[in-house]
Amino acid sequence: MTPVGLPHILLLSTALFFIGMFGFFTRRNLITMLMSLELMLNSVNINFVAFNKYLYPQNLSGVFFVIFIITIAAAEAAVAIAIIINLFRSSDSIDVTDAEEMKF
Amino acid sequence: MDFKDIFFYLIAIYILGTGIMAVSTRKIFRASIWLLFSLIGIAAFYFWLNLEFLAAVQVAVYVGGIVVLIIFSIFLTQKTGNQMAKTGTQQTIFAALASLLGFALTAYLVYQHHFGSNQTQELDASIENIGTQMLNPGDGGFLLPFEAVSMLLLSALIGCIVIAMKIKKEETA
Repeated sequence: MTPVGLPHILLLSTALFFIGMFGFFTRRNLITMLMSLELMLNSVNINFVAFNKYLYPQNLSGVFFVIFIITIAAAEAAVAIAIIINLFRSSDSIDVTDAEEMKF
Repeated sequence: MDFKDIFFYLIAIYILGTGIMAVSTRKIFRASIWLLFSLIGIAAFYFWLNLEFLAAVQVAVYVGGIVVLIIFSIFLTQKTGNQMAKTGTQQTIFAALASLLGFALTAYLVYQHHFGSNQTQELDASIENIGTQMLNPGDGGFLLPFEAVSMLLLSALIGCIVIAMKIKKEETA
C-alpha cells in the first residue's frame, strides 16, 4: 500500500462532496438540505488545505481560503436560517414542495 | 504503513460514515447530531495535517456555531420526534446514480493525473505566521479580503435581523 498522499485526501474529499450532493438531491426539508450543503463546503475546504500542504508549502494561500470560506459559510448559514424561519412563519412548513409562493 | 497512515484511514472512515448517516437518517435531530460528528472528524483531519489553527476554527465556528444554529432552527420549526417524509424511490435511485457516477469520474481523473510533489519545505502554519500575513497590507498579505469579509459579516448580520424581524401591522399602515 502506498503511503497516504495527495490522491488519498482528494478521494476523501470527493467522497464527502458526493455524499453531500446525494443528500441535497434526496432531502425535501430545507434544514437538511442546508446540512448537506455544509458537508459539501467542508469537502472543498479539505481540498484547499491538501493542495496547499502537498504542492505549495512555501505559502499559505490555501489556509487563508479555508478561513474565508468558513467565515462566509457561517454568514450564509445565518441568512439561510433566517429565511427558513420566515418561510415557516408564512407557510407553516419548510418542505421545498410546499414553498410555492413564488411560482406563477 | 505506519501509524500516521492508519490514523488517516480511521479519520476518513469516521468522516464518511457519519456523513452518510447525516444525509440518510430520517429523524431530523439525529441528522444534525451526525453532522456534528462529521464536522468534528474534519477538525481531527486538520489536526492530522498539523494545522492546529484551522482545527480550532473548525471546532469554534462549525461545531460551536453553525450546528447550534441548525439545532435551534430545528426546534423552532419541526416536531423533532417525527420521521421525515420518505423520498420517492425513483428520486433516491437517480440521486444515488448521479452521485456514484460523479464520484467514479472524479476518482478516475484523480487516479489518472500524476501530481508532482513539492516536499522541499514544510508548511509553516503557525498562528504567528497566519496572523502576520492576515493583517499585512503589503505583498502576499490578506488585509483587503479580511476587511471585505468583515463588511460581509456586518451586512449578513443586518440582513438576518431585517429578514427575521416581525413587522407589526399598525406600524406598516
